[in-house]
Amino acid sequence: MTETTALKSGLLADIAAANNLAAVEELRVGALGKQGVITALLKTLGGMSADERLEKGPAIQDLRESVTAAIAERKATLEQAALDARLASEKLDMTLPADIGPVGSVHPVSQVMDELAEIFADLGFSVATGPEIEDDWHNFTALNIPETHPARAMHDTFYFPDVDGAAQRMLLRTHTSPVQIRTMMNQKPPIRIIAPGRVYRSDSDATHTPMFHQIEGLVIDRGITLGHLKWTLETFLKAFFERDDIVLRLRPSYFPFTEPSVEVDVGYTMVNGQRVIGGSDGWLEVLGSGMVHRKVIEACGLDPEEWQGFAFGTGVDRLAMLKYGMTDLRAFFDGDLRWLKHYGFSALDVPTLSGGVGA
Amino acid sequence: MKFTLSWLKEHLDTDANLTAILEALTNVGLEVEGVENPADKLGAFRIAKVLSAAPHPQADKLQVLSVDAGNGPLQVVCGAPNARAGLVGVFGSPGATVPSNGMVLKVAAIRGVESNGMMCSFRELELGEDHDGIIELAEDAPVGQVYAQWAQLDDPVIDVSITPNRQDCMGVRGIARDLAAAGLGTLKPLDEVVAGLPPIMPQGAGPDVRTDDAAGCPAFYGQAVRGVKNGPSPEWLQHRLKAVGQKPISALVDITNFVMFGLGRPLHVYDMTKLSGGLVARKAKDSESVVALNGKTYTLTDGMTVIADDAAVHDIGGIMGGEHSGCSDDTTDVLIECAYFDPEHIARTGQKLLLTSDARTRFERGVDPEFLDEGLAIATRLVLALCGGTPSEVTRSGTPPKVGPVVGYDPALAETLGGLAVPQEQQVDILKSLGFTVQPLDGNGDPVEMDEGFEAFRVTAPSWRRDIDGPADIVEEVIRIAGIDNVPSVPLPRTPGVATPTATPEQKLERRVRRAAAARGLNEAITWSFLSEKEAAAVGGGDWTLANPISEDMKVMRPSLLPGLLSATRRNVDRGASSVRLFEVGRRYFADGERATVGFVLAGEKTARGWQTGKAQAFAAHDAKAEVLALLAEAGAPVANLQNFGDASGAYHPGQSGTLRLGPKTVLAEYGVLHPNLAKQFGLSGSVVVAEIFLDAVPLKRKSGFMRAPFTPPALQAVKRDFAFLVPEAVEADALVRAVKGADKKSIVDVRLFDVFVGPGVDEGFTSLAVEITLQPGEKSFTDEELGAISAAVVKAAEKLGGALRG
Repeated sequence: MTETTALKSGLLADIAAANNLAAVEELRVGALGKQGVITALLKTLGGMSADERLEKGPAIQDLRESVTAAIAERKATLEQAALDARLASEKLDMTLPADIGPVGSVHPVSQVMDELAEIFADLGFSVATGPEIEDDWHNFTALNIPETHPARAMHDTFYFPDVDGAAQRMLLRTHTSPVQIRTMMNQKPPIRIIAPGRVYRSDSDATHTPMFHQIEGLVIDRGITLGHLKWTLETFLKAFFERDDIVLRLRPSYFPFTEPSVEVDVGYTMVNGQRVIGGSDGWLEVLGSGMVHRKVIEACGLDPEEWQGFAFGTGVDRLAMLKYGMTDLRAFFDGDLRWLKHYGFSALDVPTLSGGVGA
Repeated sequence: MKFTLSWLKEHLDTDANLTAILEALTNVGLEVEGVENPADKLGAFRIAKVLSAAPHPQADKLQVLSVDAGNGPLQVVCGAPNARAGLVGVFGSPGATVPSNGMVLKVAAIRGVESNGMMCSFRELELGEDHDGIIELAEDAPVGQVYAQWAQLDDPVIDVSITPNRQDCMGVRGIARDLAAAGLGTLKPLDEVVAGLPPIMPQGAGPDVRTDDAAGCPAFYGQAVRGVKNGPSPEWLQHRLKAVGQKPISALVDITNFVMFGLGRPLHVYDMTKLSGGLVARKAKDSESVVALNGKTYTLTDGMTVIADDAAVHDIGGIMGGEHSGCSDDTTDVLIECAYFDPEHIARTGQKLLLTSDARTRFERGVDPEFLDEGLAIATRLVLALCGGTPSEVTRSGTPPKVGPVVGYDPALAETLGGLAVPQEQQVDILKSLGFTVQPLDGNGDPVEMDEGFEAFRVTAPSWRRDIDGPADIVEEVIRIAGIDNVPSVPLPRTPGVATPTATPEQKLERRVRRAAAARGLNEAITWSFLSEKEAAAVGGGDWTLANPISEDMKVMRPSLLPGLLSATRRNVDRGASSVRLFEVGRRYFADGERATVGFVLAGEKTARGWQTGKAQAFAAHDAKAEVLALLAEAGAPVANLQNFGDASGAYHPGQSGTLRLGPKTVLAEYGVLHPNLAKQFGLSGSVVVAEIFLDAVPLKRKSGFMRAPFTPPALQAVKRDFAFLVPEAVEADALVRAVKGADKKSIVDVRLFDVFVGPGVDEGFTSLAVEITLQPGEKSFTDEELGAISAAVVKAAEKLGGALRG
């Protein structure tokens, strides 16, 4: 056994026995440092003859490589052990609760309005708006409801005081129908619009609030009939409730601004004591509609011989209740956080045709 | 409008059962609101005879009766004062449910004496208000029989909702006519219906009546019957009126109601002996007054039509009669008024007086102007039949308006407007059955026969159909009888391809802001558009105050979304909420328009106490600013260019609020801590921060294609440098940031203020503000000289504001 071999086996044994990083470093300095034994051996190579170097060189190089590798390996092992020990000491109780921050919500009325806009956009309807503080002419007269018409008694109207010199008495719109008038006066047919918004009636009990939401639909074109109205309402309700078994029942009714006028009932099925839209176990009144009255078309400056169409209106709050199961209309306007969080919608519940408009 | 099945069958000859009738009513547009058979809940109540009555041993006011209800004597304890041996009444046996209170009768001891049922009063059976004693029937009433059968109560009461255009269906006969048209039987001729009544043999001139108000009362007919005997009307008439919810008064009054509900013809009867001189329909004089039959005094104004004699007003024409000249049991001479009042006049008077009546409901819709003579004759014949007497001639003053609109009608419209193809012959049949006349016309407008080839119809509406005024009305008549539910669905024509977007920029803005707020943890509420005057005043007062609010709390259209949200916050706090984040997207109402606005309230804890965060943390002023900026960014506002201003409204803490503007005049938002006075007014304590974003002021994005501005990330890394300045405390952070940013507009791409300090080491009157600036090199890295120059420029900019670099 040469001196080099002995040195190698001695150093390797020491390295394997070193049990902390400081000991390994000490061995490295002793062997490979400036004053180290291996460094000293390497230095002797320079003073050797070529033959001698050829004879001893490989062993010395092997010694250096083996010791360097052994030190690196030992160091890595010890470092890993130290890391493992530290990690073991750093255990956290991961069952502790984490705060995800406040969770917001979109009001069901807004959600349903977005759903309606999405459905009707596909049918070619755009969304129109109008003022809530209306004048008498747009809310009543233009809709073929003269001052003494008994139909005005059906609308419990909120009025503003008469102003001397004012041409029109101002009021809170009792329905979204004045938007029909504004649209027909400002836009050339063909027209397809929906008009959602707040409306007001002087009425308050379990099923009525003085403010609520309606959506109005209007189609003015050539050759439009009650058959188109029926199809539109069926198509809309099927899309809204995402059911194919929507059954409508049309009943003759009366609205001064449509002729013929039709009340539309939608069939429901009793499921676990709740009325679910679809089927025809019973009927719920959901829509008022009809063919736009000639006088209304005329009042808007259009020729009723050329243009005819239909209009419909329904309660947005009511649609929300029928779809999502709320039972008390008053809760819609109370701002109770418990209710809003339960019946509200996530910001990301954006209605889309591909994902379904319901959430 | 309520009626009974038997009343209907008086006019309609039909084999149809109740279910078919109800279905047909709804199908033709007379929506059934309810149907009730009073006999249904009275099946367990039988006619019984009191065999004997003895005092109760334990109670003075009770008696112990022996009652026979068909199965032999039963012991019954009874407290009615009129209970006595021999009385025939109505008995409920154990197991029966008392309609008035839902109580189930059972065998029970009353003060120690067993009682096996109950002798009932009218009120207990919901057959009237009488509760003075138990029901007393005729002595020969059949003991043991079900009372409801014997009393003919087994007669369903149908309640239909009559739309305002159908004045003809405000009487049973009109409803019968519609049902007959719908194929449910035959309408009996009116002559046949009243055939049993005595004929009129007039004696003497008609009463002195006339109309001086041709506009309000175009026709006033009157007939007197002298020598009548008034009193309770006969059982059949009382029963009929009670069944439809009318209280029987006396034979004369009941007759007018019977004609009104049966034939849709309102009438009025005067006690002639209480009149002085003739009756005139005239305009009321200002401040004249009358005590109406409801006992209330009405002050009349010019323009209202009244019926008056020489001395006083006796009738608010067509709406309600006067108390003074009303008929009583003593009435011997009666004047029957049958007039035509103008619908518009009636509506206006009724609205002004806030007085509704069954007569008004009918006159305001327009009664049949060709049914004055016949209606009056039927009423007079009923008086003769029930009260006797001698009729006068009829006096007729004025003439009712001529109606029966003539409409040119193309039968093709049933399909081209109504969507239902109805054969021409069927259309003619339908119209005729409803009382219309149909005349086919050729191309020249000349009458032809149906089979001669015609161009159109000339349709004449019956006098009772004032609502008909155009071809669309004829379409409605045809398809509602042919079956509107049979209209087939026809798809709306569809534009080829994918549907195009329809939302306007304003709509998209609202949607984005709403969902952004929800995504940031706020809960959307919808609050009333109206406030109390006090709430409105707290936020500067509203421009619109309702003349007829539903309550004082809902009176003024809101000029701000905050009061509604603050009230909602208060309700949530009262329910125990510790953290409230509410927002609303809605309008504010001003004299010059309605403005789209977002409002929010953050109240209570921003973060609850937690194992990570320690104590609960309250909302602070700048939390409102953070939400405002985030929402404005989503709204597409140029957030980086917005200017910080003060001058928030009086709703805010003056020192802890601000506005964000685009230029000095365009305010996009105001935010901050709620003014303590408002917090107090709305019952809130603790930290409440609020804001409003004025969406109408946010510049809308103009669509200019989808291409973004070209961009390549810079090759060289940005350099950051920190500076701390001592600035006079009056200098606002924003001023320093702007000054620093302006020091080298090319290189300084961002300035972020990260520390504010006042205290030891900082001179009195100064604040230490520390900023981190981000420098973006262009093609080459900055040299030390360049960095030095930028630093010097930054320090110099701060010095201009009175600041000094901290050593």
